[in-house]
Amino acid sequence: MAGAMKARATVKDGIADVRVVMNHPMETGLRKGSDGKFVPQHFIQNITVKLNGRTVVEGQISQAVSRNPVFSFRIKGAKSGDKVQISWLDNKGETNNTEAAVA
Amino acid sequence: MNEIRRMVLRGAGAAAMLAAGLVATGRAFAATWNKDAFGAKNSHDALASLGAQNAVQSKDVIIEAPEIAENGAVVPIEVSSQVPGTRSISVLIEKNPFPLTAKFDFTPEAVPFLKINVKISESSLVRVVAEAGGKHFAASREIKVTIGGCGG
Repeated sequence: MAGAMKARATVKDGIADVRVVMNHPMETGLRKGSDGKFVPQHFIQNITVKLNGRTVVEGQISQAVSRNPVFSFRIKGAKSGDKVQISWLDNKGETNNTEAAVA
Repeated sequence: MNEIRRMVLRGAGAAAMLAAGLVATGRAFAATWNKDAFGAKNSHDALASLGAQNAVQSKDVIIEAPEIAENGAVVPIEVSSQVPGTRSISVLIEKNPFPLTAKFDFTPEAVPFLKINVKISESSLVRVVAEAGGKHFAASREIKVTIGGCGG
């Protein structure tokens, strides 16, 4: 079990390094379950990264991103205490989000 | 849904609801997902869907990835673009059933940089395309896979 969505952000020379771990099966639809049937597609499609409420990165991803995706981003002009918010939306309309303060 | 119910029960404030994407902000959650590009079964069509069919090779598009991936289900790659004004970076895995794997858009406040874990079904060329000023710049790297990453 991978656990909840977690993000960590550290800043150096004005650039924040953001690492986020997401919890999602990222099913391609090509995998057979234990019942011999194909497990339906279920994967994150959209990701948004915000700094203090302002969108800085937007991603569209496919089912070929690994299960329990881990991403790293770099944001300019960030300082200690700034808030990084990351959210995702999957093909079933499910969402999740997390927030981390820049250390 | 449970997440939302828990937040409401905890008496979470408006800020939390906003963070959950439940309240429309000035900029709505990017719900666009390029079906044509992601549904393309070969790199050529995927690139055409992205308008990147005329991408030029560039040393300023950088890919850091293992030469050999032991586990094709989780291949860590790091991509970045030093082309000035880069607004987006796309990652394509040539031999995957659907090559386009990711397309990230960056505002000027973000460094055009991304670390991502991908599935590679068999040894394949990985292509990265950066878009800057309406032009496309590309680089590619061959990654060998010993255990394929798509199926069970």
